[in-house]
Amino acid sequence: MTTASVSLGASVSSQSRFMQLALAALLGTFIIGFVGFSHIDAVHNAGHDNRHSMAFPCH
Amino acid sequence: MNLFRNVVFIAAIAGLVAGVVLACMQAFATDPLILQAEVYEKAGAGHQHDHAAAPAENAAGTSAASSTAPAANTMSMAPAAATAPEHEDEGWEPADGFERHAYSAVFNVATGIGFALILVAVSEFAGGIGNWRQGVFWGLAGFAVFTLAPGLGLQPELPAMPAADLLPRQIWWTATAAATAIGLALIAFRRSLPLVILAVALIIAPHIVGAPQPESFETPIPEGLHHQFVVAVTVTNLVFWLVLGAVVGVVRGRFTGTATSLRDSFA
Repeated sequence: MTTASVSLGASVSSQSRFMQLALAALLGTFIIGFVGFSHIDAVHNAGHDNRHSMAFPCH
Repeated sequence: MNLFRNVVFIAAIAGLVAGVVLACMQAFATDPLILQAEVYEKAGAGHQHDHAAAPAENAAGTSAASSTAPAANTMSMAPAAATAPEHEDEGWEPADGFERHAYSAVFNVATGIGFALILVAVSEFAGGIGNWRQGVFWGLAGFAVFTLAPGLGLQPELPAMPAADLLPRQIWWTATAAATAIGLALIAFRRSLPLVILAVALIIAPHIVGAPQPESFETPIPEGLHHQFVVAVTVTNLVFWLVLGAVVGVVRGRFTGTATSLRDSFA
């Protein structure tokens, strides 16, 4: 059962590959969520212009 | 976790580059319009972001409301819309000028890295972005998913513009981006007609449901200013996504050294 493959220069099994890519996507989603969607006032105010300019729902 | 580390590394570089480009574009294209809008916001009745229908009828779903909102939303939370803006009490905010721009730039880079992580991870599932040209196409897809599709229902808005309650809009925005992404992936990577039809259905479904709309569109912001802003936001986001995709393609190519998948065509 050799499902190992080379992906982005790293040799990984297909299951591990899925997990790692999913983890990376999750991290990205978390960052966008914090930057663009957080309801914390200070975060909103700091990223205010960015949110408007990225057309994230704001206010 | 080599793969994870590599994805993060590529995303960090691409996000940094695209984020800096975005910050520069925003400083010249969108930020001045936001500042102009804030003049109207402050001139208008005592600093209310969501001022339009606030004191007016709370009576949900009256005929007046539905006539002003053609794409009347079917989401349940709408009635609470105009009553309480999230943050009347604003709390800390960066001082105008350098501090404000600096925070914007930091957030731009963070946005870039966040989107880059999603872009790199998703594209690796499809074989990876082999070069800058493929990156441009992936960037176009990202633009369609995260700017065009949500922007159709929820136009880029300036301060002092009326909008429905925040949470339903965020939910609609997220769901629209997800549905559009799945739809585009089905079109790009599946060859069967029924799946393509399903993809089209997925892409248009959020717009049939309709984005949460404010009860009234009354605003002190001039129509021309808003239109300018919508164009500026759309164009800056397009460039951001093209740069992001292209840089991912370039960095990934250098990084892996060897072509590791069928899609890598270093021609």
